[in-house]
Amino acid sequence: MNATRRGLLTALPIVGAGVLGVGFWKMLQGMESGGFDPRAIKNPNVGRPIPEFAMPGLPGLGDGFTDKELKAETRPVLVNFFASWCIPCVQEMPGLRSISRNMPIWGIAYEDKPENASAFVQRDGTPYARVASDRHGRVAIDWGVTGVPESFLVAPGGRILWHGSAALDPQIYDAEIRPRLAGL
Amino acid sequence: MKRLSALLLAVALAGGGIALAVDDPSEMLPNSVQEKRAEAIGAHLRCLVCQNESIEDSSAPLARDLRKVVREQVAAGKSDQQIMDWMGDRYGEFIRLAPQFSWSTALLWLMPALALVAGLVIAWRATRSRIVTPVPLSDDERARLDALSGRE
Repeated sequence: MNATRRGLLTALPIVGAGVLGVGFWKMLQGMESGGFDPRAIKNPNVGRPIPEFAMPGLPGLGDGFTDKELKAETRPVLVNFFASWCIPCVQEMPGLRSISRNMPIWGIAYEDKPENASAFVQRDGTPYARVASDRHGRVAIDWGVTGVPESFLVAPGGRILWHGSAALDPQIYDAEIRPRLAGL
Repeated sequence: MKRLSALLLAVALAGGGIALAVDDPSEMLPNSVQEKRAEAIGAHLRCLVCQNESIEDSSAPLARDLRKVVREQVAAGKSDQQIMDWMGDRYGEFIRLAPQFSWSTALLWLMPALALVAGLVIAWRATRSRIVTPVPLSDDERARLDALSGRE
């Protein structure tokens, strides 16, 4: 075995291990800074038109809404899936109320008893311009929702511009949603 | 004591086996052929809540809803491919426990074949280099061998 071959055979595993090491280090750093989430699910509906649906309303909060009504909106709408049984949804309510001063939010109660959802929404003042009930979570499946809360930014005409699966607050609104409104 | 813990373990394992698949027998389709097909499809769909279980194994509410969708579509006569595409359309490639073959998954799918070929090449080269054609001894070497072995 000559010297160059021996050198190559020694270098290959070291370089391989080095590349793996740098890769893992970058992943761990991303997980720490929040730039990389191995459990994140990329929603394929972003960039597509909203799915078809028609949902009833909640008691005391008016009629529900349909995809046609959402498409007919002339302003962008933030669609928020929530439930009264979901703790992050309780936490995001003050944030939603503050965001609702800037843009309309349409709420969809996910797998929730209508009376519970209605009481939850009205307890501290509703952030929602309109609310509908997805009693059995079937509409949520069409949107690719995997849990609550999840939110979608819908452009006039009904195209989904953005999807978020964390509880919303004014910081996320400023960083993720407001820049996308500027382009409309 | 040992026997008791063995018994407890056996009961726990048996219970675990029963707890797999559907939570509630009323979820199952009355037609056993269709139910088998629905279970096979569900076993290839990821539960997006637990992420390392199939929707057939998971008891998350979303998995239950997706199992129901699979059964409705099987009963409606949809093909396996149509049902997988319906799911992929909503939740993306991630919902397939076995990703489809594409440019980004080519290395993943071809790795066993690549590893086998590489192993065969390495094995072939290793056996080849070990066969050394014997070179006849030179006169000096023969003389030394004779001296060492005491032959004169």
